[in-house]
Amino acid sequence: MTVQELPGAGAAAYRPTPPPAWRPRTDPAPLLPDPEPYRVLGTDAPLDRDLMLRLYAELIRGRRYNAQATALTKQGRLAVYPSSTGQEACEVAAALVLQDQDWLFPSYRDTLAAVARGLDPVQALTLLRGDWHTGYDPHEHRIAPLCTPLATQLPHAVGLAHAARLKGDDVVALAMVGDGGTSEGDFHEALNFAAVWQAPVVFLVQNNGFAISVPLAKQTAAPSLAHKAVGYGMPGRLVDGNDAAAVHEVLADAVARARRGGGPTLIEAVTYRIEAHTNADDATRYRVDAEVEAWRAHDPIRILEAELTSRGFLDDDAKRAAAEAAETMAAELRERMNADAELDPMDLFAHVYAERTAQLREQEAQLRAELAAHEDEEAEGNR
Amino acid sequence: MTTVAAKPATMAQALQRAMRDAMAEDPSVHVLGEDVGALGGVFRITDGLAKEFGEDRCTDTPLAEAGILGTAVGMAMYGLRPVVEMQFDAFAYPAFEQLISHVARMRNRTRGSMAMPLVVRVPYGGGIGGVEHHSDSSEAYYMATPGLQVVTPATVEDAYGLLRAAIASDDPVVFLEPKRLYWSKSSWSPQAPTEVPPIGKAVVRRPGRSATLITYGPSVPVCLEAAEAATAEGWDLEVVDLRSLVPFDDETVCASVRRTGRAVVVHESTGFGGPGGEIAARVTERCFHHLEAPVLRVAGFDIPYPPPMLEKHHLPGVDRVLDAVARLQWEAGS
Repeated sequence: MTVQELPGAGAAAYRPTPPPAWRPRTDPAPLLPDPEPYRVLGTDAPLDRDLMLRLYAELIRGRRYNAQATALTKQGRLAVYPSSTGQEACEVAAALVLQDQDWLFPSYRDTLAAVARGLDPVQALTLLRGDWHTGYDPHEHRIAPLCTPLATQLPHAVGLAHAARLKGDDVVALAMVGDGGTSEGDFHEALNFAAVWQAPVVFLVQNNGFAISVPLAKQTAAPSLAHKAVGYGMPGRLVDGNDAAAVHEVLADAVARARRGGGPTLIEAVTYRIEAHTNADDATRYRVDAEVEAWRAHDPIRILEAELTSRGFLDDDAKRAAAEAAETMAAELRERMNADAELDPMDLFAHVYAERTAQLREQEAQLRAELAAHEDEEAEGNR
Repeated sequence: MTTVAAKPATMAQALQRAMRDAMAEDPSVHVLGEDVGALGGVFRITDGLAKEFGEDRCTDTPLAEAGILGTAVGMAMYGLRPVVEMQFDAFAYPAFEQLISHVARMRNRTRGSMAMPLVVRVPYGGGIGGVEHHSDSSEAYYMATPGLQVVTPATVEDAYGLLRAAIASDDPVVFLEPKRLYWSKSSWSPQAPTEVPPIGKAVVRRPGRSATLITYGPSVPVCLEAAEAATAEGWDLEVVDLRSLVPFDDETVCASVRRTGRAVVVHESTGFGGPGGEIAARVTERCFHHLEAPVLRVAGFDIPYPPPMLEKHHLPGVDRVLDAVARLQWEAGS
């Protein structure tokens, strides 16, 4: 029953004046994203030559890394590899925009961001090769464990950034998520907490077109994913995710804003997943080749290379040096990944709790005995 | 200013005191949840903490359990010791993914390099006339998840001691507060808190010779009352209060059962798939040759938690415990 329908309510129905808390607290206009993705390459905008060359070298290395890791999957050296080929600009910019003390919260597709931040390429693949889960100490590089559940790392980023600010530390958290992840409840809760607490967090959505096979149009009815920011009271930015210079600039603005106490930002980088979701996926079932080819023409490396060459920033020597560095990294990665990982079965019990419970000690003894019996059998067989 | 709690103290006051003492001793202890600030929690367990320590240390969050626990994970990653309040048992379910996928396994998946020193406080169980979704006994869900410690106090002394131990623990603790015992009283003094053994130790609340009642949380007073009543029938019942469901104290439990030769597990949670099945199996595996009768269970019925007007029929009471004890007169062939 509305107020108008209440018994006795006449034409001049009672309309209470809303208390101040009911009034919109923010003019949404400054929070709204631009209608078109922000671009730098192909415009007259000045470019920082050193930064561009660094981005270029990292993109080349990242592309090679993606290719090598995909090859390792085919050889059975990796259980799975969600390739970020075509999305390298987002991965690299996310890593390069952070300072040492800042934290990166990657999803399972963001191995490359962790490598670009300085993580050992083999350690970054620990989860994906099936050797334990996180092959590095998150505190050492300020990189949270690669997160497999969708969007659940986003509230962690908010909590960490909030804690750092409470301690008076200059720390920004950058959290990465895909377009599919924006449908999850944790995405909503993280953005809401971040905005209410004005936490120094930057949310980077890599909209690569598909959540496994489901296209964005079936994922959301929002005008853009960046528009979602407005409802939380934070600015939303839309950027061309294949334009490394643009992604870096937009991220750098958001990080700087967070650093000076301006609160969180939601950035949607529009990009495309050139490869299938993983090696277990058949992308031909849900998309056409022509679409993939159109995106190949807008490849992040191709457009950066063309721009830097035309501006005279990049010559053949620099290109060769970048390619050689990438090849060296790939060869080393290949060689190290071809060695079988050495795992200690006793580690199964080592880190469940700070101290093993009585029950775990019993189970540990059981496994130790099983292994000893197995060794005895093998020795018997060899005799 | 520190005020002296009026004697006798309630479990609610002991829990509040535990958080306050922990916060005063360690600046990394932070309390967060829905309504924990100005209101002091719907049960007033966080009463006064925001006033004393500021809103940055005792924080009213948006109403979102996954967000509350998820941000607490990030806070713990940065070295804080968050104490999270879930307002009611069934309100904690949206936070399950954070609990299961991250809180419970962060230490394991990072091979020991990232601990999760956080406490999730959950007022749980029935008996207060709560409407639907306010009376669940959810301990079996938590017990089934490696990496979590699951603790539930039954006395005012334990409420203080176990919560202090939970906050001090470097591993996550699901701290189940039996809400119908919030107003139970004791002559416990906040000035001289009783020493409570570390998490993982059960205690014999009442020594006896003829059978063991294995119980915890809200069912402890029920079992003590049943034990007193059973003396009239010639039963001398021992009551073991588990205090900690994970880790489980096989030693204390089995020592008791070996002495008495008979055991009944008593809890409010459902019988099927409930904690009692696990406990009965453990006791049987370890004490089979000492047992004079099968290990019995007295549990809530296998139904969704009933409406308040019917909950008295669901909750295991003294009579149902005594009926089970009578069935322990089991003899081969009977």
